[in-house]
Amino acid sequence: MKYLPFIWATLWRKKTRTLFTLLSIVIAFLLFGVLETVAYAFAHPASGLSGSDKLITTNKYSITLPLPFADVQEVRSVPGITDVTWITWFGSYYQESKNFIFAFPIDTDSYFGVHKDDFIISEEQIKAFRETRTGTLVNVALMKKFGWKVGDKVPLHSTIWTQKPSGSLDWTFDIVGSFDVKDPSQASAQAGTMWFHYELFDEGRSFGNGTVGWLEERIADSSQSAAIATRIDALFANSSNETKTQPAKDFMMAFIKQMGDIGFVLHAILGAVFFTLLFLTGNTMMQSVRERIPELAVLKTLGFSDGRVLGLVIAESLLLCLLAAGIGLGLSFAVLPIVAQGLQGVHLTPDALPPGIAVAVLLALIVGLPPALRAMRLNIVDALADKR
Amino acid sequence: MSGAIVSLRNVVKRYARGKQIVDVLEKLNLDIAQGEFVALMGPSGSGKTTLLNLIGGLDTPTSGEITVAGQRLDQLKEGGLARWRARHVGFVFQFYNLMPMLSAQRNVELPLLLTHLSAAQRKTNALAALTLVGIADRARHKPNELSGGQAQRVAIARALVADPTILVCDEPTGDLDRKSADDVLHLLQMLSREHGKSIVMVTHDPKAAEFAGRQLHMDKGALLEVGTLAA
Repeated sequence: MKYLPFIWATLWRKKTRTLFTLLSIVIAFLLFGVLETVAYAFAHPASGLSGSDKLITTNKYSITLPLPFADVQEVRSVPGITDVTWITWFGSYYQESKNFIFAFPIDTDSYFGVHKDDFIISEEQIKAFRETRTGTLVNVALMKKFGWKVGDKVPLHSTIWTQKPSGSLDWTFDIVGSFDVKDPSQASAQAGTMWFHYELFDEGRSFGNGTVGWLEERIADSSQSAAIATRIDALFANSSNETKTQPAKDFMMAFIKQMGDIGFVLHAILGAVFFTLLFLTGNTMMQSVRERIPELAVLKTLGFSDGRVLGLVIAESLLLCLLAAGIGLGLSFAVLPIVAQGLQGVHLTPDALPPGIAVAVLLALIVGLPPALRAMRLNIVDALADKR
Repeated sequence: MSGAIVSLRNVVKRYARGKQIVDVLEKLNLDIAQGEFVALMGPSGSGKTTLLNLIGGLDTPTSGEITVAGQRLDQLKEGGLARWRARHVGFVFQFYNLMPMLSAQRNVELPLLLTHLSAAQRKTNALAALTLVGIADRARHKPNELSGGQAQRVAIARALVADPTILVCDEPTGDLDRKSADDVLHLLQMLSREHGKSIVMVTHDPKAAEFAGRQLHMDKGALLEVGTLAA
């Protein structure tokens, strides 16, 4: 610690240069924090379903292929399953395509049977939902986002489902209540969600009637999930609609992977950013040491050993990179809520930020080591020859 | 000379310049007593700075023995020489070689970073050294805010602060006007006379050499005693 004031003063010897270098590293780590967190969120998605007692059954070959509604009854008969519900991907937005809404047609009784522990919603609102054919229950965050209130009519534009007989893609719902999630960690994953009646959807759509997107099962004993999943899939083996049953989290992973390898793309961007940063910061550090050769030689005359001079230059590089990384990661943490708004359904956490510190240390060592070795190997007599 | 603080015996220093071997010092012998102020003069290329580097532990001889403050420097490796320099030598350079981003006080504290002194003790000692050289009032100023004479006083304070056995000065007045040079030389003289510091000073200036108690002349790597004054 006693060297810190000296290292700090040395770092700011050329203020403008250090400031620009610092800013470039800050921006790189701001990007790192945001992109790495998004990549982490895609790799570790929140299912939107709490607990490990939920299974999801989809078509074996693609979650975009439907299952016959008749499968529901067969799955109900599997021992160990307490409730089964069914859902279909509606794919809709409100007013503009950027306002994507996770609207799901649900069967009221079975849905709340499977998810009875997941949501906070009053009995009165569930009752109102049952009694209103065009009713919808909306997540409180979504209500707040668009300033909706109970009684409002909400038109949604589906990107998939046309209505019969008009062929219109526009569906209108009446808000009868709102809900929240019990588990705060699921809040962002559920923030863009609203439910409406499956009956309305199935009767109103112009194609795909009598099919469902996927089934969600609640099981009595979570330790039996693998065995129960096998039993479900065995029911439909060799049929025209073979199934794949998996825990809810795995389902989300498969769902997200439809969008492509997000992690690879994000890491490729980060790789390019840090590759450039290595040259920029490395060049700055080399230049900084080159300019200070007489000063480093003076330190050696005062009795600073080769190892200590090496340590001072490395410490300077560490201080620069850690300071900039700290600011950059702090900023990224601050902007995560804004990013989360643009990535509804993806659960963002700051879990990916600590590796940023490790990256900063690695960066500091890579850019600091060559000039530090040069400083260490400095011959005092030669270095002082031009300036004594 | 018995009880010498500096003792050189048959010291040879050769440099390789490409394929050519350059003899800089040839079987040189020298003794400097504790508290002695020695001026080393001679033409450029005569080996003055090389001799100074050897006495200050910045360089090692090709052959021969160098003993300073009881330590055989020719037997030390880099790490040992660095520790020895920190403990026993203070350096003063022609162009001061202060750290431009540090205040005078922080510059003087630099050698104390190698000790176990606390921050408060380092500050106290640095201010004491600045007071000794008569420039404590400029402690918070950076080198570019000091005159040449003031900067050289700060450099001398830095050389003194760890209480070294010997001061090694390479043309300490070479960049100063006459008045500032005389002030610095009086200061060195005072350090030798009143504080018992052994000083070896390289200079081209005969007037500066007159401040020393003993003048040595170097030519082509050999030493010639010119005169000894009553110290």
